[in-house]
Amino acid sequence: MSDFIGRLTGYKRKSAYQAKERLQLVLIHDRTNLSNSVLETMKDEIIEVISRHIEIDPATVSIKLNKDGREQRLIADIPILGPKKKRNL
Amino acid sequence: MTAKVVTITSGKGGVGKTTITANLGAALASMGQKVVCIDADIGLRNLDVVLGLENRIVYDLVDVVEGRCRLRQAMIKDKRTEGLYLIPAAQTRDKTAVSPSDMIRLCDELRPEHDWVIIDSPAGIERGFRNAIAPADSVFVVTNPEVSAVRDADRIIGIVEAEEKGPAQLIINRIDVAMVQRGDMISTEDILELLAIELIGIIPEDENVIISTNRGSPISLDGKSRAGKAMQNISRRMMGEEVPFMELAVQAGFFKRLFAGGGSKNE
Repeated sequence: MSDFIGRLTGYKRKSAYQAKERLQLVLIHDRTNLSNSVLETMKDEIIEVISRHIEIDPATVSIKLNKDGREQRLIADIPILGPKKKRNL
Repeated sequence: MTAKVVTITSGKGGVGKTTITANLGAALASMGQKVVCIDADIGLRNLDVVLGLENRIVYDLVDVVEGRCRLRQAMIKDKRTEGLYLIPAAQTRDKTAVSPSDMIRLCDELRPEHDWVIIDSPAGIERGFRNAIAPADSVFVVTNPEVSAVRDADRIIGIVEAEEKGPAQLIINRIDVAMVQRGDMISTEDILELLAIELIGIIPEDENVIISTNRGSPISLDGKSRAGKAMQNISRRMMGEEVPFMELAVQAGFFKRLFAGGGSKNE
């Protein structure tokens, strides 16, 4: 159901909607055994590795779990600022 | 004849595994099939009372496994439905009395002379559940439209897949169409989207289930009740027939109500 119709009919306040929303999060967590804090740690580590080679803005990096049928996917979106400026020249 | 072994499981207890096992067994037998139902819930047997056969137990599953009787002697013949047999669980033992390989051996012995072996799995994900899925050719996961049951179903579906018994098929039991229409019960569509597996049956909430269980007579033998009809539909799908899912008209019902102004009856 689209957001517009959802708001119009009060669908989003319904308990069934809340049940589905909550289940979506719980199932992803159950299936991957990844907590938000592990995800944050991974994000920090990925930023560290990438930053060694290219210039990125840590604030724009997004790492999230996506569900595709019964498969989970880790999606990383890392905008690149430019080539790494060489230090100690 | 080579029987197909179907295991009915759920993760969460109390969602209707035993009722569904009894009813699918009775429905298939009434279609002329030779069916054995096995109660794999050792220590908490119940399939016998749901089928109304509790007074006729002499030997049980553990007696067969431990060689105290022949398989034939533990098979109780149903009094109403020709071709339906029950192998009851032991009541005074625990699930460690049987192993997954015992179950495979037992089912292999049953296969040549029957069309279906339906196994009622215990709740949980431990030994009893492992015993129940070990011989399965297909696995039906039962859930209710409720958060804890759906969550547990998802766990079970994952384990069934990992054990290479998948893909499991889903039975949604006790759906209340009026509550779904009010937005106070997760719909069939939402459950399917969450669990992402194939549906094999939807059974509506129906007080006749309790009444028939009181009598020990499976509701699928009574074609008039909504739940009985739904169980018959599942058994017809098992036989390869294409039977439409009546309750899936919930969304249409919403719009029908919107435009017609009257409550529509969905089944």
